Amino acid sequence: MFGYYLDLAWRSLRRTPVMTALMVLAIGLGIGASMTMLTVLHVMSDDPLPDRSAHLFVPHLDPRPANFTQNLYAPDASANFTYPDAMALVSSRQAVRQAAMAGGTLLARRSGTGHTPFYADGRFTTPDFFAMFDLSFLSGSAWSQADEDARARVVVLSESLSREVFGTADSVGRIAHLNDADLRVVGVTRDWQPNPMFYADADAKEFSDADRFFLPLSTSLDLKFNTNGNQSSWAGSIEHNSPTLTWLQVWVQLDTASEVTAYRRYLADYAGQQKKLGRYERSADSAHLYSLMEWLAIERKVPSDIHLQVWLALAFLAVCITNIVALLLAKFLRRGGEISVRRAMGARRRDIFIQLATESAVIGFAGGVLGLILAQLGLWSVRHRPDDYAHLASMDGPMLAFTFALALGASLLAGLLPAWRACRITPALQLKTQ
Amino acid sequence: MTPEFRHVLSSLRAHRVPALLVIFEIALACAVLCNAVFMIGQRMSDMHLPNAIDEQGIVVVSMRGGDAAGAAGSVPRDLEALRSIAGVQAAGSVTSVPLDNNGQNDAFGTSPDARMEDAASVTLEYSFLGEGADKALGLHLLQGRFFTAEEYANSSLRPELMPRSHVAIITQSLAQRIWPGQSAIGKVMYSKPLWYTVVGVIADVLCSNDAVRSGGDRGFYYGAFFPIDPAGSVGAFSPANPQTNYVLRSLPAERDRVLGEAVRRLKQLNPAAVIQAKRFTDVRDQYFADNASVAITLAVICVIMLLVTAFGIVGLTSFWVRQRRRQIGIRRAIGASRRQVVYYFQTENFLLSTIGVMLGMALAFGINLYLMQHYQMQHMPWYYLPAGALTLWLLGQLAVLGPALRAAQVPPMVATRAA
Repeated sequence: MFGYYLDLAWRSLRRTPVMTALMVLAIGLGIGASMTMLTVLHVMSDDPLPDRSAHLFVPHLDPRPANFTQNLYAPDASANFTYPDAMALVSSRQAVRQAAMAGGTLLARRSGTGHTPFYADGRFTTPDFFAMFDLSFLSGSAWSQADEDARARVVVLSESLSREVFGTADSVGRIAHLNDADLRVVGVTRDWQPNPMFYADADAKEFSDADRFFLPLSTSLDLKFNTNGNQSSWAGSIEHNSPTLTWLQVWVQLDTASEVTAYRRYLADYAGQQKKLGRYERSADSAHLYSLMEWLAIERKVPSDIHLQVWLALAFLAVCITNIVALLLAKFLRRGGEISVRRAMGARRRDIFIQLATESAVIGFAGGVLGLILAQLGLWSVRHRPDDYAHLASMDGPMLAFTFALALGASLLAGLLPAWRACRITPALQLKTQ
Repeated sequence: MTPEFRHVLSSLRAHRVPALLVIFEIALACAVLCNAVFMIGQRMSDMHLPNAIDEQGIVVVSMRGGDAAGAAGSVPRDLEALRSIAGVQAAGSVTSVPLDNNGQNDAFGTSPDARMEDAASVTLEYSFLGEGADKALGLHLLQGRFFTAEEYANSSLRPELMPRSHVAIITQSLAQRIWPGQSAIGKVMYSKPLWYTVVGVIADVLCSNDAVRSGGDRGFYYGAFFPIDPAGSVGAFSPANPQTNYVLRSLPAERDRVLGEAVRRLKQLNPAAVIQAKRFTDVRDQYFADNASVAITLAVICVIMLLVTAFGIVGLTSFWVRQRRRQIGIRRAIGASRRQVVYYFQTENFLLSTIGVMLGMALAFGINLYLMQHYQMQHMPWYYLPAGALTLWLLGQLAVLGPALRAAQVPPMVATRAA
């Protein structure tokens, strides 16, 4: 039966080629535009660490004075941690793993002479960082807590930086010169670039930056390395260990619900205790614990421009669908005669409805193919944009399937009303007037 | 009500569903069009904001990672080498240039107790000028004076990375914002424990910081400049990671040659440094590149949407024409002229479009309010609404013309046939 309906649909569509082409074009354009933008949104709001994200949490404390007015457009001064708070959380060891961190850019030199130095981005952090975020080592390992405490001159390189500096991925034991400091390589990790770079300060280019070296936070402070990212202070002092300067990020790993509850309690207790000591002016309720995905939503790592363009593309799809509803209605009602003959010869309303729905689906399928081509074209143009997320814009398998589902769904939805109207045609009346 | 109009109304009542669909499509298209064009307009106007420096003649050379200890001493030497390049009219060191996203920001008030975090303090973007940088940038003085040689020499950095001297030059828009209706010259701005006397007011220079631009309509222009000595200009960003930016000004025709020569000479003097050079026009283009790409995307979507809407109207009207061949024939037979048949379909479309654009304008306004709440969108000026409405009206009339003319060709004979 379905084959017969397909055949009928094909004949009917061929009878009105211009109208058919218009409908396929409309649905193709609508699908193309909305899938381009939805794909960009999808790749940008994807889980950066699907295996680990359920275990990763970011604590939030608010050491700002009670009368602090936050400029809406300026970075949130409480999004980062002060050095004393970060160190208190990390050294308390209340979570399974915990690390404090900040980004930095250092001048690297290739081994040998006569090379121009270059800048590399990396992270100053504490030893749990690697196990918590599940970085894999090609050789060597992370530094130890003892190294951290001793401000050891050690560094972990990414594979790409190791190759660039030493010409080999195996550089453990060699000395890297970063900003005129000599650091011993203790480990080399596989290149690691979660998208977005969820653990970085909001100031980073989250979709294009990647850390290429890691070194102990204590060492970086000892060497007076500068950090990237927002630093907010409210009492004048910009010493790194000032209790009124926020600049560090803290992440913790918690594996079970009870651990999460316990850590929440710990944070509230900590904030309450700081208030009692007179350091905090805000109540213990200002302490929070967010999961990784919650944190991404709060920090709005997806630029609002993208949201606007998604809405626009969906509105455009709605215009296209309305258009197709009108055209299908016109098309189906024009075939009153044919429908009446089929009804008179015994076809039930349901049969007519399914026949017409098949015809809509054929249009939807053709529109989906066109839409897919247009979406690839659209994504190609997005990849040539200057934005830092541009390189991510390409479709994966599920998005490809979703494109077809959306095209078929949209055309079936568009065919619903016209098909329903058409199958209610009274055969006798139609046949008589013919 | 003309008889034409009555005919149209009664026939529309008979085709309620398709008529409603056309109205809905026009309303939606109108609402999307108004908002999208408004967004495009905002981005385009941002891109064309005037900037009172010599944009065409400036080259910016940044130098990082030289010998940290010698960097301060090298500034006068480097500048001397740069100034001796043929065609260079002026050169100076700066910590940042407009739109390079490196400006720093702070908030100042007018009372001696004003602090940065006070709600009444005005957020501004500042950068430091080394001696000669005012001329190199081509800043345009409106009132007062530029810094003196003494002020440059005596201005080292405080631990908060602010200058020790107590003088500032601010933009005209910032002067108006802090001291409306008064001359800013000689007035003092405070951000405890810092204070600076305004010695000069310059024509508006753009700044890049979102926190500053949010300060009001002219927020793009809330900028200030402080003098700095050579050592300060090297460490103003990050004392441990010295960076020097030199600005060179020449005639636009000689700019590219000056750029190449400047890089060559600085490399010779500072072999260990990482040197990058840009034309200011590149800095500006890069800053607004995002705006341009978004504007193009929106414009493409708008054009395609209007085309789809027009095709929809053509398709539906063609169907109506075919469906009403007999009626048209009868009307022609009893004396209606071809013009009147065309006029009939135009009236029909006009009626549907009018209802559509009315709804569309209301919808557009609603969408704008929603976007203002959720996406930091600005208020859409009222004239976007009638402009969008007019566009769809014209589009509708244009789309209906083809099918209407075909309807006018229906011969009166049709009336005598069965169907």
